[in-house]
Amino acid sequence: MIGQLSKDERQLALVILLVLATLGLLLAAVGRDDPLGVHGGLIMLVAIGGLFFTISGYYAPEPTRDSLAFYYDDPSKIGIIAAMAWAVFGLLIGDWVAWLLVNPDLTFDAPWSSFGRIRPVHTTAVIFGFGGNALIATSLYVMQRTSRARLPDRLSPWFVVFGYNLFCLLAVTGYMMGTTQSKEYAEPEWYADIWLVVVWIVYFILYLRTLARRTEPHIYVANWYYLAFILVVAVLHIVNNIAVPVSFGHAKSYSIFSGVQDAMTQWWYGHNAVAFFLTSGFLGMMYYYLPKRAGRPIFSYRMSIISFWGITFFYMWAGSHHLHYTALPQWVQTLGMTFSVVLLVPSWASAGNALLTLNGAWDRVRDDATLRFMMVAAVFYGLSTFEGSFMAIRPVNSLSHYTDWTVGHVHAGALGWVAMITFGAIYASVPWLWKREAMYSARLVEAHFWLALAGTVIYVFAMWNSGIIQGLMWRAYSESGTLAYSFVDSLVAMRPYYIARAVGGLLFLTGAVIGCYNIWMTIRAAPQSADERLTSQSDTMVGTTPAMQPGE
Amino acid sequence: MFGFHYKLERKAIGLVLAIIGVASIGGMVEIAPLFTIHQTVEEAPDMRVYTPLELAGRNIYIREGCYACHSQMIRTLRDDVERYGHYSLAVESKYDHPMLWGSKRTGPDLARVGEKYSDEWHVAHLNNPRDVVPESVMPAYAWLSRTDLPAADLSSQLKAMRAVGVPYTDEMIANAPADAYGQAAPDTPLAEGVTRRYGQATTVRTFDGSPGRLTEMDALVAYLQILGRLTSAGQLSLAATKD
Repeated sequence: MIGQLSKDERQLALVILLVLATLGLLLAAVGRDDPLGVHGGLIMLVAIGGLFFTISGYYAPEPTRDSLAFYYDDPSKIGIIAAMAWAVFGLLIGDWVAWLLVNPDLTFDAPWSSFGRIRPVHTTAVIFGFGGNALIATSLYVMQRTSRARLPDRLSPWFVVFGYNLFCLLAVTGYMMGTTQSKEYAEPEWYADIWLVVVWIVYFILYLRTLARRTEPHIYVANWYYLAFILVVAVLHIVNNIAVPVSFGHAKSYSIFSGVQDAMTQWWYGHNAVAFFLTSGFLGMMYYYLPKRAGRPIFSYRMSIISFWGITFFYMWAGSHHLHYTALPQWVQTLGMTFSVVLLVPSWASAGNALLTLNGAWDRVRDDATLRFMMVAAVFYGLSTFEGSFMAIRPVNSLSHYTDWTVGHVHAGALGWVAMITFGAIYASVPWLWKREAMYSARLVEAHFWLALAGTVIYVFAMWNSGIIQGLMWRAYSESGTLAYSFVDSLVAMRPYYIARAVGGLLFLTGAVIGCYNIWMTIRAAPQSADERLTSQSDTMVGTTPAMQPGE
Repeated sequence: MFGFHYKLERKAIGLVLAIIGVASIGGMVEIAPLFTIHQTVEEAPDMRVYTPLELAGRNIYIREGCYACHSQMIRTLRDDVERYGHYSLAVESKYDHPMLWGSKRTGPDLARVGEKYSDEWHVAHLNNPRDVVPESVMPAYAWLSRTDLPAADLSSQLKAMRAVGVPYTDEMIANAPADAYGQAAPDTPLAEGVTRRYGQATTVRTFDGSPGRLTEMDALVAYLQILGRLTSAGQLSLAATKD
């Protein structure tokens, strides 16, 4: 790894790690009576580990000029391994949390293991750990291919990958120590937030620098989505996290927003984290891997333009549908509902574009579980965007809000769309990245596919049932005009569905573990010979055909 | 239109600016006016700030992730109002940095739970929820009674709250640790300072039942008992609708 860096880059790496170690030491000193001190120590340890690693390879020979003829993919490899590791960890915690609602005493009478602290560990590990690493890894891969340009340097991609994982590590360890802002999906405290901004700026600059080097005149659709993901997530993250720390020695901070303005800002962030993290980014993934794997051009270029700008514009209005019937002024609720319904048009344009691309390749969908992962992802994308628009309608929301229906909806999107497209993209890119002919076992990919699909369906059906029953019980009246059920009555009715949900989650987790084994065995297998490599995949920039063919 | 796009997608910077422009409109139209339109948050002259003990309790509520299962937002729906009380007003979370409206009710709404149950009930319930509600799936928070509340940094906590706009006075900030002890120690000289600074209606009790020791349980129960009671605006407008 260090051997691939030039001398200048090695020196810069040492400087960055030294600065980081010093900052860690500073935080550890000023925050010694606070969880902040633990995090300072953690940052310092990570930086010192990095220093030792860099020094150990410091005198390795510099990379030859020949290596510049190839795309630089090693950061993508590490990103994919990290994504799978976070997936297993996050799904495991998720399933534990699910069982806690069946048996609340499955805990260690310790603060760190209680539901309220490990639930954000689950959400952060799967959204930011798994999803984020997969997005970074695939975006670097896709950007180089579709631009036919190499990454501009070899240090900044490593800074992005490792820096981002340090952020995820600070986040999940923080929750277990009770460090949280309580803003859903934006829980990490001020110092972790600032660190993420630094990493994100480097990521954005890396993206622009690679685009500036492109030899393709057009920027491919996938890159529009990845760009929107990087840019808008930065805006959302910065605005929603503006806060005043108690002191530089405290992890705790107070948001500058309060009450109704805070609620609106938070759900403007929360809903668009779904839009630009979990939708835009993964649509970027889909627009490269699905046509590539199917061997078909994207069905319609114009549809992708309409859906891209539709999603970028309409989503930003939709956040207030999380606040129907609350103290938020009604005009904002109505705007949120209206735009949520309109949002169905670009969403279905994307899903339709993906599925129509498969016309002429449906035999491959039947035979190839990797492509089937992507196809099912597009179907779930269509389903959950329809469900989302439907649930944003005020009267529907009066039933669904605060219930498990929302949880089911989120998981239809997260398991069915985000995770499925990611697994498809990972199974496609692992053999390409490690220069193997194919995955170690196609049958294990097949097994993973069916476990993931079964797990998702069980989960979502369980939550639809429990959510709708909950909503109906809460609003049921007896003949004498009083509420028919106490809250506890509705809780008791949930139990069978909570068990079913936890079983569904277990199936999904099992699939991911099988996936890890399969990827590990693929990496361990003997690589293709150099001759095969040159003829097989597009890992050199030599050649005249663009990576993607126009569809129209 | 597509011809224009054909040119746009050849320019990275153009694409970046277009994305930022298109994506900013929604937020600007929906969020910015909430700070300028005065009707957004009602007037409530009797609204008071959290006492240091209640604020410490609120921070424990945040730390333990209680908001993941309990909302603090009663919607303007008949069944919500009949189950939990008058619908929540914007002014009631005016001093909540950040708000804790929540998004999920695995447990019931808590916006007006203050003084609905006794302190003893809350302590028993937090120690082991299944002792008082056999069907409950809430985690047990037994360690709260075992953990002393760190009160020393409460002055800096209040100061940070003032920096984001909550009207704490210099006196409140200077006396924050003493007031935290005082609110859980009735019939002591310290208690008198709490009611002087935060109003006669402030609840001064030995929340966890053991005077002399200030625990995290004291703070959390004090916070739960003030929920929905920082202002009478909610109760007043309910009375008005009944007439």
